[in-house]
Amino acid sequence: MDNILEELQEIFRDVLDQPDLVLTRSSNASNVDDWDSLAHINLVTSIEKRYKIRFALGELQDLKDVGDMIDLIKAKLAAQ
Amino acid sequence: MTLDKYSVEDLLQKRRGLRRKLAETEGLQPVRIAVLGGTTTNEVVDLLELLLLAGGFRPEFYQSEYGRFYEDAVHDPADLIAFAPNIVYIHTCHLNVLSLPAPGCSEEELKERVEAEHGRYVQIWKSIEQHTQAQIIQNNFELPPHALLGNLDAVSSGGVYRFFLALNAEFARSAASDSRLMIQDVHGLSAQMGLRHWFDWDRYFSYKILTTIEGSFAMASSLASMVRAIYGKSCKVLVLDLDNTLWGGVIGDDGVDKIQLGRETPVAESYTAFQEYCVGLWRRGVLLAVCSKNNEEIARQGFEHPDSVLKLTHFSCFKANWEPKHENILAIAKELNLGADSFVFVDDNPAERAIVEAQVGGIAVPDVGSEVSRFAAIIEAGRYFEPVSMTAEDLSRAALYESNTARASMEAKFANYGEYLDSLEMTAEIERFKPLYIERIAQLTNKTNQFNLTTRRYSLAEMEAVLDDSRYIGLYGKLSDRFGDNGLISVVLGRREDDDLHLDLWLMSCRVLKRGVEVAMLDVLVQQARDAGIAALLGYYLPTNKNAMVADHYEKLGFERVTTGSTAEASTWKLDVSNYTPRSAHIKIMEPVYG
Repeated sequence: MDNILEELQEIFRDVLDQPDLVLTRSSNASNVDDWDSLAHINLVTSIEKRYKIRFALGELQDLKDVGDMIDLIKAKLAAQ
Repeated sequence: MTLDKYSVEDLLQKRRGLRRKLAETEGLQPVRIAVLGGTTTNEVVDLLELLLLAGGFRPEFYQSEYGRFYEDAVHDPADLIAFAPNIVYIHTCHLNVLSLPAPGCSEEELKERVEAEHGRYVQIWKSIEQHTQAQIIQNNFELPPHALLGNLDAVSSGGVYRFFLALNAEFARSAASDSRLMIQDVHGLSAQMGLRHWFDWDRYFSYKILTTIEGSFAMASSLASMVRAIYGKSCKVLVLDLDNTLWGGVIGDDGVDKIQLGRETPVAESYTAFQEYCVGLWRRGVLLAVCSKNNEEIARQGFEHPDSVLKLTHFSCFKANWEPKHENILAIAKELNLGADSFVFVDDNPAERAIVEAQVGGIAVPDVGSEVSRFAAIIEAGRYFEPVSMTAEDLSRAALYESNTARASMEAKFANYGEYLDSLEMTAEIERFKPLYIERIAQLTNKTNQFNLTTRRYSLAEMEAVLDDSRYIGLYGKLSDRFGDNGLISVVLGRREDDDLHLDLWLMSCRVLKRGVEVAMLDVLVQQARDAGIAALLGYYLPTNKNAMVADHYEKLGFERVTTGSTAEASTWKLDVSNYTPRSAHIKIMEPVYG
C-alpha cells in the first residue's frame, strides 16, 4: 500500500501526458499543470478502475491534495 | 496503429499520449465534426477522436456549451456555421425531453407530446440543413432507468417507455425520408449493454456524464463506424478461412462426410450458425471470399455438404492452396479490384491472423479467438460493414461480382479484345446529373480510390448543390451488358471558367475497367461542352498511393500535356473540343430520354 503514491504518479503521467511528472503528497490541481476539471474526471475514473473502488458522491470534494487522496484510497481499500 | 489491444480504461488513461502518436500519421482525411450535446460530451468526443485518428481521419471538433444543443442549432447558429462542419452530431438523452406524459395522460395527449418533442428536433435538423452543408447524425433515445408503471409503462398512454418507443419511431420515419439525417441507434446500443451498465448516476450527478465509460465507448465506436460509412470507408469483403472456421474439423484429413456442420451436435450447430451469419452479410451486399490452406478440389467439396448453408455461389473469390495467406489475400484484392483495406479477415488460427495483419496493410483482422460461437459477436463489435443506407446497388452487388466471374471466363475465348467487348453487347446511359441518382453519385465519388483522377470527396449536400449550379457540367454513366446491369459506375464533373471546362472529377468503378467506358464518357462530355460553347477541356491528375492506374488516363484519351514532369507527378492536360470526333466503338450510347 506504500506504493500508492508511485502508482498514482504513473496514472497522472498517463492522463496528463507528462512522462516526467513527479507527484508528491502535496501536489494539487493548482501546482500540477493541466490538472483541469476534464483531466480530473479521467484521473478519478482511472484511479477507481485501478483500485477497483468507487468514490462516494461528495467524498472527493473535501480533498486538498494528493496526500488526502492517498489516505482516502487506503481507507477504502482497508474497508474492503 | 491499431487500438484493439487497449481496454476502454487504458484508452482514457493514456488518451493524450495516444492522440499525440496517432496524430503523427500522414495522409489522414480531415473531417470537421460539430457536437451539440444535451449532457457533457467530452468523454464520447475524446474516444471518438482516438478511434477516428486510428481509422485514417484527422477530426476537428466543435462542442456546444453544455446542454445548449437546441439553442446552438436553432436560435444562435453563428458559431456552428462559422465552424463549417462536415458532420453535426446531436447527442441527446432521455433527460433532455421537455415534457413527459404523466399517468392518466390520454392517447391524444400522448400523441401531442410525442409530436411536440419530435417537432423540436425537426426544427434543429432543418436549421442545420439550411445553414450548413453537413451530414446530420442524431441519436435516438435509450429507455429511462425506471419504468414507474411496471409492465404497463410500455403499454399505457401515460407510460414513459411507451413515449420513448413512439418518439424513436418518429425519428426513424424522419430519417427514412431525409438522406441528410442519420440516426445513431442508442436505443439498441444501450439495450445490448443493459441499462444497468449504461447509466452511471454518480458521474451524472458529479460531471453530467450520463453513461459509464463502456457506454461512452459504445457510442464512440458506433459514431466512428458511421463516419467511416459516410466517407465510403466501410469494409466490403469478408475473407474466410475454412477448417475450424466455416466447419468443424479438417476437411483434407477428415473428409467431407466427417466435417462438423448441421443440427446434430452443439459444435455442428455453432458452425452452421456462423455460416448463416455470413450468408446474412452476403444478402446485404458484403462480398465473401475464401482464403484457406487446402487442396482446392477437396475444399470446394465442403460446400456440397448437405448442411452447408453457404454455397460456392456465395463466394466472389475462392483461394484454397498452399501459398501464404497474405499473398492469396493480395491476389483476391486484385481479382475483385478492391483495396485490401476494405477486407475483414476471419481465421481461427492466431498465427495466420498475425501474419495477415502484419503483411497486408490496412486489413481488419479481429481477434476472433477459436470459439466459433463467438465469431459473429466479435465481428459485429468491430462494426466493419456499417452502411449509410441500403441502396438497391448494395443488394445486387454480390450478384454483379458473380457475373463478372462469368465475363472473365468468356474473355479467354475471343480472337482479340475488341471482339470480346463487342460480344458483351454493352449499352451506356450517359447523361447530366439527376436528383434521382445524386445519392449514388456522391457514394461512388466518396468510395472510389483507384480509377479516380483527383480523389476529391463531396458530401451529399455538396453534390446536391452542384445540381443547381449552372457553372457545372456533371455526367453520370450507367452500363449494361448481356450479363446484367452494372448500375451507375462513372462520374465526371466539369466546372466552367470562361471558355474552359475544368474537370474536377473523373472517376469510375473498377468493376467496369477496360470496357471503354471512359471513351464513351468523353464522347458525351465533348458533345455537352460544345453545346455550351466551351472551347477546351482541362483535365487534372492528382496522384495518391492508390490511383497510379490512371496516371496516363488523359494521355490515352488524346489530351495534350500542359505541365511538365514525370508520369507519376501531378499533371494538367488539355483537349481542344473543336476537332474532336466521337470514338466510342464498343459501347452503344443510348439517346437521352427527355420529358
